[in-house]
Amino acid sequence: MWLYEKKLQVPVRVTAPDPRMAKYVITQYGGPEGELSASLRYLNMRYTMPTGKAKGVLTDIGTEELAHMEVVATLVYKLLEGASIEAIKAADLGAHYADHDRALYWENAAGNPWVAAYVSATGDPVADLHENLAAEQKARAVYENLLHLTDDPQVKDVLLFLREREVVHFQRFGETLMDVQDHMQRRKFY
Amino acid sequence: MDSRSQSLLLRKIQELSFVAVDLNLFLDTHPGDRRALEMYNNVHRDLMQAVRKYEKVYGPLVNFGYSPVMQDSWTWVESPWPWEIKY
Ligand SMILES: [Fe+2]
Repeated sequence: MWLYEKKLQVPVRVTAPDPRMAKYVITQYGGPEGELSASLRYLNMRYTMPTGKAKGVLTDIGTEELAHMEVVATLVYKLLEGASIEAIKAADLGAHYADHDRALYWENAAGNPWVAAYVSATGDPVADLHENLAAEQKARAVYENLLHLTDDPQVKDVLLFLREREVVHFQRFGETLMDVQDHMQRRKFY
Repeated sequence: MDSRSQSLLLRKIQELSFVAVDLNLFLDTHPGDRRALEMYNNVHRDLMQAVRKYEKVYGPLVNFGYSPVMQDSWTWVESPWPWEIKY
């Protein structure tokens, strides 16, 4: 069961509409290292984790990633809000507009739709937690790429916040991995 | 409805709930840390206080019966929704 909180995790502001940046940022909505991929990856992995700690960490980080998905969606929404058709065409978003108008869509920066293959699950807790460590690093790297693509200080604030959360998640997954490895060692000996 | 004071109250809630999220994740991997637990309990108290204050003016922040404040009219469907708020 999930509840909806009628608030964003962080305030999202933009200085001015910027459809070009919206086209880039949407990759963290529906791209391989995006927040949809992250939340589904973690929530889906919970079922084959051996310890309560690992189930808790995956539930809570998976839930926080859902909140990040909404933050990214709001950023895209605000970057497109009030943008003219001319600006949308000039930003190379004409193809998106043809299919979706200003609606959000699960796609990467190049417009490729989200696919389930972005989410890996082997059922092996050690392999899966390593997958998550890599995923957090890749998400951090993408946020850094996005930071290089904008000069808007308000957009940068949001991207910096999301980048920092990936660093914290990496830390928590590292601790979870050590705990799961301890647990599996103990099981081997007794 | 005064949107400036709404966003100020929301900012307060966002700050407190961010601390709660971060401590929650930390406690997941350090469940025996008494100091972190004490901090979590403190922020929980402040957060609930801020949520009650907000909800009395702007309506429920949480759906499906989990909002701590009783409502005398159905304001859940009222704007602004989170992506529409101007901070
Ligand atoms: Fe993350």
